Amino acid sequence: MNNKTIEDIAEVLKETLGLDELTIEGGTIGEKWLRLKPEELLPVCKTLRDESGLRFDMLMCLSGVHYPAENELGVTYHLNSTKLNLKVTLKVRVPEEKAVIPSVESIWKTADWHEREAYDMIGVTFANHPNMQRILCPDDWEGFPLRKDYVQQETYQGITTRYDEYE
Amino acid sequence: MNTNKPELVIKELGQPGKREMTINMGPQHPSTHGVLRLELDLDGELITAVRPHIGYLHRCFEKYAEQMDDYSKVIPYTDRMDYVSAMNQEHGYVIALEKMLEIEVPVKVEYIRVIVAELQRIASHLLGIGAFGLDLGAFTPFLYCFIEREKILDIFEKSSGARLLYNYMAVGGLMRDVHSDFRKDTSEFVKTFRPKIKELNDLLSYNRIFIDRTANIGVLPVDVALNFGASGPVLRGSGYKWDLRKNDPYSIYDRFEFDIPVGSGEVGTLGDCWDRYIVRVREMEESLKIIEQAVDTMPETGDVTEAIPKRIRPKDGEVYVRSETPRGELGYYIISDKSASAYRVKARAPSFVHLSMLPAISVGSLIADMVAIVGSIDIVLGEVDR
Amino acid sequence: MGIFQMTANSFALTTILVHALFPLTIILVYALVAIWGERKIAGFIQDRLGPMRVGGWHGWAQSIADLLKLIQKEDIIPTDASRFLFKFAPFMMFAASYAAFAVIPFSSGYMGSSINIGVFYLLAVTSLLTLSIIMAAWASNNKWSLLGGMRSAAQMVSYEVPTIATVLTVIVVSGSLNLMTVTELQSGNDVLGFLPNWFIFQNPFLIVAFIIFFISILAEAHRVPFDLPESESELVAGYQTEYSGMRWAMFMLAEYADMLLLSLLGATLFFGGWNSPFGDFMAGPVWGFFWFMLKGLLLVFVMMWIRWTLPRYRVDQLMHICWSILIPLSFINLILVALWELIF
Repeated sequence: MNNKTIEDIAEVLKETLGLDELTIEGGTIGEKWLRLKPEELLPVCKTLRDESGLRFDMLMCLSGVHYPAENELGVTYHLNSTKLNLKVTLKVRVPEEKAVIPSVESIWKTADWHEREAYDMIGVTFANHPNMQRILCPDDWEGFPLRKDYVQQETYQGITTRYDEYE
Repeated sequence: MNTNKPELVIKELGQPGKREMTINMGPQHPSTHGVLRLELDLDGELITAVRPHIGYLHRCFEKYAEQMDDYSKVIPYTDRMDYVSAMNQEHGYVIALEKMLEIEVPVKVEYIRVIVAELQRIASHLLGIGAFGLDLGAFTPFLYCFIEREKILDIFEKSSGARLLYNYMAVGGLMRDVHSDFRKDTSEFVKTFRPKIKELNDLLSYNRIFIDRTANIGVLPVDVALNFGASGPVLRGSGYKWDLRKNDPYSIYDRFEFDIPVGSGEVGTLGDCWDRYIVRVREMEESLKIIEQAVDTMPETGDVTEAIPKRIRPKDGEVYVRSETPRGELGYYIISDKSASAYRVKARAPSFVHLSMLPAISVGSLIADMVAIVGSIDIVLGEVDR
Repeated sequence: MGIFQMTANSFALTTILVHALFPLTIILVYALVAIWGERKIAGFIQDRLGPMRVGGWHGWAQSIADLLKLIQKEDIIPTDASRFLFKFAPFMMFAASYAAFAVIPFSSGYMGSSINIGVFYLLAVTSLLTLSIIMAAWASNNKWSLLGGMRSAAQMVSYEVPTIATVLTVIVVSGSLNLMTVTELQSGNDVLGFLPNWFIFQNPFLIVAFIIFFISILAEAHRVPFDLPESESELVAGYQTEYSGMRWAMFMLAEYADMLLLSLLGATLFFGGWNSPFGDFMAGPVWGFFWFMLKGLLLVFVMMWIRWTLPRYRVDQLMHICWSILIPLSFINLILVALWELIF
């Protein structure tokens, strides 16, 4: 089934795109991922989708993650090739102050709403996204709820949102 | 003086060069399956643009999962995402955690999980099919489906104590063993339910009006479906054989014989509303096959709670585990930082993905077709908004 | 003004009151029974019980309880609504179907008004229903209502054509526009020696005419599968969206009255009206009323049965059925009926 490991995929990418090196990282348990620079993301994704040995035709998941220790925001992409049954994980991280990542909406339409969600929750902006607006929270909500240092706003349009005082 | 006379409605229509009228379908509308709001531009009854607005049920499940001091405290919350297929939501979450903790689950537990997950799939499809018929004005099939769904909920109630949100599965096992008559109840349900599928087909699936309303409507070509990340019955309705139970087996699904029904454009174009609908009907029959086999081969004895860890503290790392829920691919992306609570939990909800492609398949159809399309992708807003 | 004239006036007044109150009583009693009956029939079809609590035996008082509830409800008029039209529309709608009852021959002994253009009057008066629905839709200042009103206008105007064409076929056979005469022509049991002389048995093409007529009245009365003006899963409630309380109840009453009216018309035109199916057995004015209502209610029952079985058509399909199937068919049928009458 999974005949290609992440190392093989990285090799293919390096060859096709002429990249010097691709960082493969991983935790003690679970899956490994390819760490990409923001500018590498679009060419890598295009190759992953179109290269005949890869054919990653489905973006399963796109999640925003906050890394307060490094003062960084990250986005994780989980890709799936339904034709060859391959899976790969990509990660991009950018500093909090300049959190702009190219949008992959033009490659996989799934990214449209998922990128809006990541923007809504984490506060990463996606360049060239057709409709970069909040999706789950109201448009005039303050702050990004899934950041680790998030403090909920006291009131929203005159409605008390925090219930600490009732406890 | 009241200046807002009914001319207002027309004013929007009467502007030179503007034929469209903008109308809000939802959040309070009978057939948006909850609190979905669709902003429609209408030219007469023809839809020229669709803008879905979601978030009315947003509870920030992901923040909650990070804040809890124990991984297992999240399980009841996963129930509340897709409240009509709670067992499948729990199943996905517990197998994700078992993968992180590298736990071997007793065989009996796996069997029970598969049986309840498949029963839940039938219950969820029954609701989806019934509500779809209701959207098209057929009231009676909805209640026929509910009668059958009740029987499944009765079985669940006897085993878990709850009818809708079960909190039944635990990391490494189950909260409690199934009730003593589980085997008998389940096989009896399988026996009585088979003829009901035929009855449903006679009443609804091959009804001429129903076919007229659903064939050639909301056509989703397979390449568009893949590009949008569609999964489950929506993708299979477009004729693509893709089922995680077969293509990326989890739990013990590789032990059972079953088919993957796909749409074939039997009465219209491949990937229309009817194809998505009939895939669900046929999937129920396949689920019955799985249940039958699992009930026959399920081990008699075994402790379902023995492998539950006392303390859940995964090593650092991250997993993305997906499972096939009635609505499609449910993925849990969990990052652990060695503490007792998750660093990040992201749920990839199939309804969220399917809803995002609504504008792509519904522009150019009539407002009545919009109802059919929303019904055929079978969304649950609890899962869309999380 | 002399005492004699006063008596004459009060006599006329009494006659008017009787003629006005008799159909009204029938409609009101029928509506209460039919709403309860529809719920029980729905329950029966759907394998459940339906209303069971109010009044004891099978919840017979349920519609009365509902009526009391509706009377107590607040009468909400949207701020931006056109107030007069909004208030007036439900009553006009009820008046339209109520007025048409004047020419229905309830039994051999009773008919509100024996005008010789009865059918013509009935079809003309019921056209007001369309007008009142558009009035309600427009006055609500609600887009859903407007869509429902537009649908309803298109639907009713279209379906009036096959309805009238099939009514014409009966007129061709009977030669009279007076429904009493039409009914009287259908007495006796001569067809094939035992069947009653009802028009539906007299001429094979009239069976086709009845089928077209029945489909058209389903659409005229907004019943499933043609209940598009108020299709609750698409247009919220169509033209009724902004209505509540008694005004909404008036709409319901008018709908049920319309359903009964068209069913009774069908019974008169095709099933012999107040004629007994057994010739002179169980005939007479009182039995006539019984048979007439029975025939009408049976058609109402079939309408309910269809409602709880079938899904709903889409608006373009509805128009397609009307303009490309029913209308040509009904006119061809009209010619065939006329030819049959000429030959036999």
